Amino acid sequence: METGQRFSLFRYAAPQQFYPLAGRLAPWFAAAAVVFTLIGLYLGFFVAPTDAVQGEVYRVIFIHVPAAWMSMFVYLIMAFWSAVGIVFNTRLSAMMAQALAPTGAMFCFVALWTGALWGRPTWGAYWVWDARLTSQLLLLFLYFGFMALTRAIEDPRRADKAGAILALVGAINVPIIYFSVKWWNTLHQGASVSLTKAPSMATTMLMAMLVMALAAWAYTIAVVLWRVRPLILERERHTEWVGDVLETSEARA
Amino acid sequence: MIWQSWSDFWSMGGAAFFVWGSYGVTFALIALELVLVLRRRKQVVHRLQRLRQAMKASARRKEIHQ
Amino acid sequence: MLSVFLEVLRRDLLLAWRNRADVLVTLAFFTIVACLFPFGVGAEPNLLRTIAPGVLWVAALLATLLSLHRLFAQDHTDGVLEQLLLSPEPPVLWVLAKVLAHWLTTAVPLIVAAPALALLFDMTQSATMVLVLSLLLGTPILSLLGGVGAALTLGLRGGGMLLALLVLPLFVPILIFGAGAVDADLAGTGAAAHLMLLGGGSLAALALAPWASAAALRIAVE
Repeated sequence: METGQRFSLFRYAAPQQFYPLAGRLAPWFAAAAVVFTLIGLYLGFFVAPTDAVQGEVYRVIFIHVPAAWMSMFVYLIMAFWSAVGIVFNTRLSAMMAQALAPTGAMFCFVALWTGALWGRPTWGAYWVWDARLTSQLLLLFLYFGFMALTRAIEDPRRADKAGAILALVGAINVPIIYFSVKWWNTLHQGASVSLTKAPSMATTMLMAMLVMALAAWAYTIAVVLWRVRPLILERERHTEWVGDVLETSEARA
Repeated sequence: MIWQSWSDFWSMGGAAFFVWGSYGVTFALIALELVLVLRRRKQVVHRLQRLRQAMKASARRKEIHQ
Repeated sequence: MLSVFLEVLRRDLLLAWRNRADVLVTLAFFTIVACLFPFGVGAEPNLLRTIAPGVLWVAALLATLLSLHRLFAQDHTDGVLEQLLLSPEPPVLWVLAKVLAHWLTTAVPLIVAAPALALLFDMTQSATMVLVLSLLLGTPILSLLGGVGAALTLGLRGGGMLLALLVLPLFVPILIFGAGAVDADLAGTGAAAHLMLLGGGSLAALALAPWASAAALRIAVE
């Protein structure tokens, strides 16, 4: 190993270096996710008090909010990797973007689902055309679009680049969509439903939510690393190092 | 202590369907995602290994023919 | 530089003129979609007046969507696209020319037909004016953004549905401000803010979308 390269992060931009690193790191993140989830659930269900206004149903918040945050972060990270892929022409970044998309879509759906189940007892309807809910739904469609496009293109290089362009176009549009929907919402809806009014949260509630958010981060990192590994193998199947990997995993199996 | 008993805990103050419906579906989806990801890894490794063996075999055949 | 722009524009308009049936089909689609709504929701005049802006905007949006796949497909199959990409001219120029041709041949007929449809929904004169203005300012964004989608899905199996999935979520803000402009006029608050936002959106799309389209086309043809 050359000394100049030792501290370079770019070294891990090479699929050959990243593949074993991902394999080593993923279990740790998965373990962290399990630990954080257990702590978060304990805090959320046994330490955080009953909400004075909403009763017990507010406990949905401990997955709803982290899932909603995660779905947005994941899209941003996808856009970031796409930009990196376009600027530096690295293969790995497109693979990361494609490995991120299904998890982002999953969290997006979870946020919508838990939002609906929380909404029914709290404001009397599973769905209201609130700005946040609506932009969350559109974000889910953006995820579906990205996944459909990258899967519809057979040539992986074209799929990578087309996906990157779409992710960037989408990322530019996400804030526009959010503000337009918010504008539309304030015009069309009376003051009957207000989601923006932050409920006064006890510190323990906030703690539980933050720990669950950490769990969501750790889970996302673990699952994305696991998903990107076979992607790397497929893309690099003609190289020697993938041959070695296949031989050794055969010996183990 | 918030809960008087386990049944009190499971009933979630009457909101059991909404709370457990949220947590249940979330964890089911996470489990499903993990299963899919791990199965995909197995499939890919299997397919690439078979592809590799087929390529090796055809290379050997070529050698014999020459 | 400008000559490429004009040349491509002229050629596309000429092609559109030769295939004018396509333009008429788009127009007919727009009309029929708009006419379906009274059958669905009932012919109560007040209700129709209320939903008219949204209905006409959604119909225009779908009609545009339907015509988008034609934007680059023909040139892709007969190799013109490849030649244009190989030429030393900046691709943004002729992409812009093609998008402009698309707008002139699909959006402009819709805008011309819109007042007639507004009559069917008993819209007021000022609301119709605002509708036409909002279409004028908003439909360029549909063509420009749609061009990116058309370039990304060029030559793919099932490209039409995929194109819809890609661009429809991106069209939502345009629908909100377009239909919102008419609503605001009806409510008496004035449509100026909506129209300015649409105009600003058009300018932003004009500045950004052709680059994305050109990049996507280069990828598709490579």
